[in-house]
Amino acid sequence: MGAAPASRDVTSYGMGLAAPLALFFLVFFVAPLLQLLWLSLHNDTAALHWGLGQYLHFLTDPFSLSVLGSTLLLGAEVTAVCLVLGFPIAWLYQRVGPRLQTIIILIVLLPLLTSVVVRTFAWIVILGRQGIINATLQSLGIIDTPLKLLYTQFGVVIALAQVQMPLMTLPLITALGRIDPNLDDASCSLGAGSWRSFFKITLPLSLPGVIAGCTLTYAAAITAFITQSLIGGGQMLFMPMYLYQQASTLQNWPFASAISIIFLLAVLAVVSVFTTLGRMSRGYGGA
Amino acid sequence: MADAQSGRSLVVDAVTHRYPSGALAVQNINLDIKGGEIIALLGPSGCGKTTLLRIIAGFIAQTQGRIIIGDDIVDALPPNRRAVGIVFQNYALFPHLSISENVGYGLAARGVNKATRQREAQRLLELVQLPAMAERLPRQLSGGQQQRVALARALAIKPSILLLDEPFAALDKNLRLDMQIEVKRLQRVSGITTLIVTHDQEEALSMADRVAVLSHGKLEQFGSPSDVYDRPQTLFVNTFVGSSNRMPGIVVSADRTAAKVRLDAGAEIIARPAGGALTEGGRVTVCIRPEHLQFVGDETGFAGVVGMSLPLGATVVHEIKTADGSGVKISQARIGETHALENGAAVRLAPLAPSLANAFPATF
Ligand SMILES: Nc1ncnc2c1ncn2[C@@H]1O[C@H](COP(=O)(O)OP(=O)(O)OP(=O)(O)O)[C@@H](O)[C@H]1O
Ligand SMILES: [Mg+2]
Repeated sequence: MGAAPASRDVTSYGMGLAAPLALFFLVFFVAPLLQLLWLSLHNDTAALHWGLGQYLHFLTDPFSLSVLGSTLLLGAEVTAVCLVLGFPIAWLYQRVGPRLQTIIILIVLLPLLTSVVVRTFAWIVILGRQGIINATLQSLGIIDTPLKLLYTQFGVVIALAQVQMPLMTLPLITALGRIDPNLDDASCSLGAGSWRSFFKITLPLSLPGVIAGCTLTYAAAITAFITQSLIGGGQMLFMPMYLYQQASTLQNWPFASAISIIFLLAVLAVVSVFTTLGRMSRGYGGA
Repeated sequence: MADAQSGRSLVVDAVTHRYPSGALAVQNINLDIKGGEIIALLGPSGCGKTTLLRIIAGFIAQTQGRIIIGDDIVDALPPNRRAVGIVFQNYALFPHLSISENVGYGLAARGVNKATRQREAQRLLELVQLPAMAERLPRQLSGGQQQRVALARALAIKPSILLLDEPFAALDKNLRLDMQIEVKRLQRVSGITTLIVTHDQEEALSMADRVAVLSHGKLEQFGSPSDVYDRPQTLFVNTFVGSSNRMPGIVVSADRTAAKVRLDAGAEIIARPAGGALTEGGRVTVCIRPEHLQFVGDETGFAGVVGMSLPLGATVVHEIKTADGSGVKISQARIGETHALENGAAVRLAPLAPSLANAFPATF
């Protein structure tokens, strides 16, 4: 070993350290995934006959496809809301004094410090028929009958956006913080107004943060079982709940497995679209 | 660059700036800069050079005073409407844009079409001697090349004033000299009023028509390089620009043009009252540059003992211990072997001429 070149040493050292994690992944991630794949390739609930029947069923069943579609759409909506609301917060964070920065970070992190169930029930209180929003609007005389907010797509999107906001804001804060503030000044002194500077300089250079934030938010939003189910009620069905019903209630494990695999592939496809978009924009390696 | 909007004057009128944190970065600075002049803002780190530059560019609104470019008071104008070109110390090139797009950025903001922009960028890149780099990204260029691009980018908007913040600080010595010559050449051709911030006195003295020396946010002196070097008005300027021996003493007699000073080192010399009138019996600090001292044979100068001798190529610097225990440096041209001085030899020193010893009232 002593005679081996230093670089070789470093590599073997690193591999050794990664072994426990690799083992963990192998046992608790790769193995279940393979089992899932194996299960999904059976046509009957007892998993005795091989075949692609479950996949064919899902891909030809309008109901299943609509669940997949509305789940992916939900993710897109939540991501869009988080981006539109999170970017100004991150931008503001880089422009205020240290005391305000602490307050902003606290507000951003707060959702992570409370339990999902508690947060979700808080939203039920806010969005319900006799909830805070309806009560306020009614007492102000703006509406006569309560608005239906709970058990709607709108309600789910808002509640999820609040929960996932830190996943968007934190990468954005990091990305914006890495941009040399002189670049904005340079742009301005060259004659560009604030909007031009923002779209030509700040936004392209913050793209790595936008991509990271969108990927995290998207993945978290479409898999948020508790919030989706509680705020959506029985009215709306998304992939995690669909999966749960097939596996737990109907005991149809092969179909549930096929749903998982399809869902996984759909998510991977969306994530790789994000990543490719990021690579294509030259700002990716620029900052 | 005959088409540049050249030669606008710049007046800094009683400008004071206090940061919200309370730091008084710039105090009552007055500069009257003629169109086409090249001015150096010289001072130690933290003296407010960058702050003053950012005020002129419009990034900071000064707490008091006015900035006047040409005939216009520009205090109400945002940076993008001041037509001031600025080169940042770290160049601040846009990392995601090509060199050509960087140079053309200011023109794009003015709505110039793409073909014209590219043509203009190419012309400017040729001017700064980087014709073949247009399609590269900034990170594919060396520091000196990035510097040239930053200069081309600032010149592209045909600014009436060009501001350079420590433009050569990150370059090695040879490259720095090249760039100094380059900038001076471009400035001469274009006639753009130029302000260079630097803490390198050689750079200030060699490049500028006039030098403004700053210390702790205050303007110490504003004059030609020879004014600043040969006729410093304050003790700070005398010791910051070039090197200087500081010798304490007492005024024996004084009028407006000359003062007889009894040095603590033990001799009476004639010095120039540099910082205003001196009072008899008052304590003063006399500054004499190492190259303005000579060895004398008779009893006229002050006595000392030779310590270390440093041969520095063309000159030799001897360190002399004087009677009051302080050290004095004398620099001599190196002619043959004349620099060979015995360590411990007793010598006597005197200034070359009375005008070369500057007396300042001592501040304790
Ligand atoms: N944004 C700021 N907020 C508060 N104080 C500041 C700020 N920027 C600079 N200062 C203070 O103002 C003074 C002048 O700073 P400035 O950057 O103008 O110095 P400088 O002459 O450019 O120094 P250097 O040669 O190191 O660049 C310093 O004491 C500095 O601490
Ligand atoms: Mg500075």
